[in-house]
Amino acid sequence: MTEKVDQSKRHFLTIATAVTGGVGIAFAAVPFLSSLKPSARARALGAPVEVPLASLEPGEMIRVVWRGRLVYVLRRTEEMLGRLVGVTEYLRDPNSSNVELQPSYATNEHRSLNPEYLVVEGSCTHLGCAPLPQFEVTPSSDWFGGFFCPCHGSKFDLSGRVYKGVPAPTNLRVPPYTFSQTNVITIGIDSGSA
Amino acid sequence: MNSYKTIFPLVMIVILFTTNIFAATGKSLQNANNDPQDIKSLQSGARNFMNYCSGCHSAEYVRYNVIASDLDLSDAQLQENLMFNAQQPFETINASMPSMDAAGWFGQAPPDLSLMARAKSTDYIYSFLKSFYIDQSSPTGVDNLILAGTSMPNVLWELQGHQVMIGEQGSEHLELSNPGKMSEEEFDIFLRDTVNFLEYISEPIRNARRALGIKVLMFLAFFLILAYLLKKEIWKDVN
Amino acid sequence: MANNEKKQSENSNKLLNWIDERFPYTETMRYHITEYYASKNFNFWYVFGVLAMVILVIQLFTGIFLTMNYKPSATDAFSSVEYIMRDVEWGWLIRYMHSTGASFFFIVVYLHMFRAMLYGSYKKPRELIWIIGMLIFIVLMAEAFAGYLLPWGQMSYWGAQVIISIFGAIPFIGEALVEIIRGDYSISDITLNRFFALHVIALPLALVALIFVHIVALHEVGSNNPDGIDIKKYKNEEGIPIDGVAFHPYHTSKDLVAIIIFLMIFSMVVFFAPEMGGYFLEYSNFEKANPMATPEHIVPVWYFTPFYALLRAVPDKLGGAILMGLAVILPLFLPWLDRAKVKSIRYRGWIYKTALSLFAISFIALGVLGVLPAEGVYILLARIFGILYFGFFILMPYYTKIDKTKPVPDRVT
Repeated sequence: MTEKVDQSKRHFLTIATAVTGGVGIAFAAVPFLSSLKPSARARALGAPVEVPLASLEPGEMIRVVWRGRLVYVLRRTEEMLGRLVGVTEYLRDPNSSNVELQPSYATNEHRSLNPEYLVVEGSCTHLGCAPLPQFEVTPSSDWFGGFFCPCHGSKFDLSGRVYKGVPAPTNLRVPPYTFSQTNVITIGIDSGSA
Repeated sequence: MNSYKTIFPLVMIVILFTTNIFAATGKSLQNANNDPQDIKSLQSGARNFMNYCSGCHSAEYVRYNVIASDLDLSDAQLQENLMFNAQQPFETINASMPSMDAAGWFGQAPPDLSLMARAKSTDYIYSFLKSFYIDQSSPTGVDNLILAGTSMPNVLWELQGHQVMIGEQGSEHLELSNPGKMSEEEFDIFLRDTVNFLEYISEPIRNARRALGIKVLMFLAFFLILAYLLKKEIWKDVN
Repeated sequence: MANNEKKQSENSNKLLNWIDERFPYTETMRYHITEYYASKNFNFWYVFGVLAMVILVIQLFTGIFLTMNYKPSATDAFSSVEYIMRDVEWGWLIRYMHSTGASFFFIVVYLHMFRAMLYGSYKKPRELIWIIGMLIFIVLMAEAFAGYLLPWGQMSYWGAQVIISIFGAIPFIGEALVEIIRGDYSISDITLNRFFALHVIALPLALVALIFVHIVALHEVGSNNPDGIDIKKYKNEEGIPIDGVAFHPYHTSKDLVAIIIFLMIFSMVVFFAPEMGGYFLEYSNFEKANPMATPEHIVPVWYFTPFYALLRAVPDKLGGAILMGLAVILPLFLPWLDRAKVKSIRYRGWIYKTALSLFAISFIALGVLGVLPAEGVYILLARIFGILYFGFFILMPYYTKIDKTKPVPDRVT
């Protein structure tokens, strides 16, 4: 063991090798982590879904599946739309200020492209249960109609806006969608993008 | 000392001797001479495949949109020239004909072609497609030199023309009896493009992996220099 | 700044103490890494142990990610592999690393074993390391064999068919044993399912446990060296072997160079020749398993071919199977077959040098013959090389005793 060793050179080489090795490991990690993303098949199966609306009566709701996720399409009546105004004081975020939850074209009171049709994901923002549609008004229990989550009691109005004092933190999510033809909604494509 | 190194020459001799044996085996196939890096050839191959193969053969692991992005095709080109049996670009290639029907007509279902070039080699498919000849005793009216008794009809006869078998057993060869729409050279190019496409779909990431491999090796070479210098530096301690 | 650093190192010392009071961290690091002394004259034959370790890690990592996308069923297995190759992002790289890793595992392990034979690493006091190593080799063969069925290609299916049938040669219990291995009357979905369980859980666990024991045993007695002498005989005043250097940083820095060179060779195969001419990925395995049609040439993967050649060299089912089993088991007894007083080939006489050379040649030749069709001159050659292979072991007690050895130096050269 001689003392003539150039410590600074050794120090430099150690650091340089360690850094290069670290970069190498980081690069090697990329393929492994990327492989966890949805595959080409998952993306193909998660392709946009067309929903014909012709047979949907006012006040009626249908469930569709997009990317394996439940989506509610509700055709609201004039009376239902009227109720949206009355409940705002009970809501946590009546103006949909959380912009990540809906496309920009649905950042409005009725949270939709066309006021008549509500398109929301049927997944409670608390822990992901499917909220039950309960559209009738029951004045005795202050219920103005909307969605009720049976798991932990979260409540949403007829625009999927969350009530105050329930476990769900935010409004229901609105998926990207567009009116691809008159009376046909395509879920999975943003309005105006195609 | 170190005389155990005499083992190596002996090992090398054995290896050389054996590679010679390998070279001697193998069928007399014609060389397809295709180049999977040639995008132009792959594009015509894709068109040939869709027009002449995909009627009966599927390529169930191959997605149209992957072909489009690898072969520099626009969405419009894809829809017009290739997507005969599909609605959406992310679909895989299905045969136009349901395989149950095909099994009834041909005696067996036409095999999927996704991996054919990897399993059999492009030379094999190239030679096979060139080696149909008229045989009246066969239900399809043709037989094949490479795969005798094949249930595949000569789909390309219009392009190639008809061939007949000439000569006695042992020295037989095929000769054109009726010319087709293409000259012999044109037909060879047609086949080359087609098998080229088959090779491409058998491993679509082939070109990408080579490109990445060069980068990985360059990185490792750089790493090696550093590690070697470090090792030399550290081993200065040891006399 | 300096104050801060001081504080930090104090804190990390505190943490270390806290851990050391509860777990022998520092002690373990010292014993196995920073104060494990191995001879300073290791040559390139000594890198294959650490390379085997690197491959083990590669196989475990890629294996876990493959398992996430692979489906162990006769209907889905083949297409799930193609799904990995095409639809899963970077799936092709993970799969090629795994398939290439399998072959490289055997290359490296064979060279690692040959190193032990060159320098007498199996001799006293390292007999147990050798025996555990042989068990690792046998488990590795089982692991590779089970894994080879999983892609459910033609070669997977028919290779498994042939190898499993070998067990049928055992008198009385053979047929029953074969049924128990397959879990069915032929290779089927059921077989695939259980081979999957063995390949991803049972055998890797056994492998990792055995490798752990292999290293613990090695560090107990210390590494051998190309001179085959005990470096612990001469120690300096601190009790450190004069001819030894600490594993870290000396051997680690040396091993890193070897690992990078290995990774370069590995990458060349993965990126430019993943099929390796049909030896690492066999061409007929790109066809889905078809129980109705055997491919023209069926051969096991290259790393089994030396043993397969022996199997075919005998015109008797039971005889062939016994011979094949013996060929795998015999090396286990090397520590007791070898009667030489010296360990390293450097100080052995011409007889052992010749014998070991003939052994190496016959092993490679058998490997080549195992790929070729079993006909004519190839059978004769397989028999000749088979006799050389077995002769090496069976005659060893005799020829190692009469072989003239050279004096062994006190210190490494």
